[in-house]
Amino acid sequence: MTHIDIAGLEVGQEIGSRTFKLTRDSLVRYAGASGDFNPIHYRDDFAQSVGLPGVLAHGMLTMGVAVQVAADWVGDAGKIVDYGVRFTKPVLVDATEGATVVVTGKVGEIDAEAGEVRVDLTVTYNETAVLGKAQARVRL
Amino acid sequence: MVNPNVEGKKYPATAPYLVGREKVREFANAVMSKNPVNHDVFAAQAAGYIDVVAAPTFAVVIQERSLHTVLADPEADIDFSRVVHGDQRFVHARPIVAGDELTSELEVASVKTLGAHSMITFETKIYDAAAALVCTAISTLVVRGD
Repeated sequence: MTHIDIAGLEVGQEIGSRTFKLTRDSLVRYAGASGDFNPIHYRDDFAQSVGLPGVLAHGMLTMGVAVQVAADWVGDAGKIVDYGVRFTKPVLVDATEGATVVVTGKVGEIDAEAGEVRVDLTVTYNETAVLGKAQARVRL
Repeated sequence: MVNPNVEGKKYPATAPYLVGREKVREFANAVMSKNPVNHDVFAAQAAGYIDVVAAPTFAVVIQERSLHTVLADPEADIDFSRVVHGDQRFVHARPIVAGDELTSELEVASVKTLGAHSMITFETKIYDAAAALVCTAISTLVVRGD
């Protein structure tokens, strides 16, 4: 059980929003934490040599931060039982400016019988969606 | 081009991965978690867990270990420099917690060809030391053609 009363929820209701500043430091930190050391995530010369416009954030980092909006709402990250995304656009992380990713969560579906809610996440960078079908199923 | 014959191929279980408390915290910090159960043992125990809870996408660390076996498999013939992550999903039977000893078994769920590109979907089942299913990680990689 969580503090959220499922009966009081409505589809479309906003559950929270957070802005994440991703810098090169964030990418190095995520590389170390996850073990994904693909150099496209920290070396400009390498990124350019494979035809990319610059260093990109790990898609898994964007996915990992986006779900925090659902975790903040439910209060217990262990209640997120199913979470999936499509990677639709890359997030370019400038060496000095970084990149700002904005995440908003809404109630997408309510299953009162199962005590579960689907949270739909909108994840944008430069006002463009970078994740598609970002949905987290939360057990209340 | 990915070898379509690897569809249905199963790869052997990986060596056990011991989930460390500091690794859980390190990963939680990297994904900017403010969730107490990810960081604080007392908060996690108050919520009914035996130790800190891994962030919802932590299972990628385990999935990666299985994925490495496939990428190193000459039969699959995947050129890693042409790989783009297409989609990812984690279905949890229960959350991963510090102290878990996890192994994973990967199966190639499908190989599809779209023009010059290949799309390969992996299903990685993650088990605990008691051989109970903890998480199913589903990942699609797009391998760019010429």
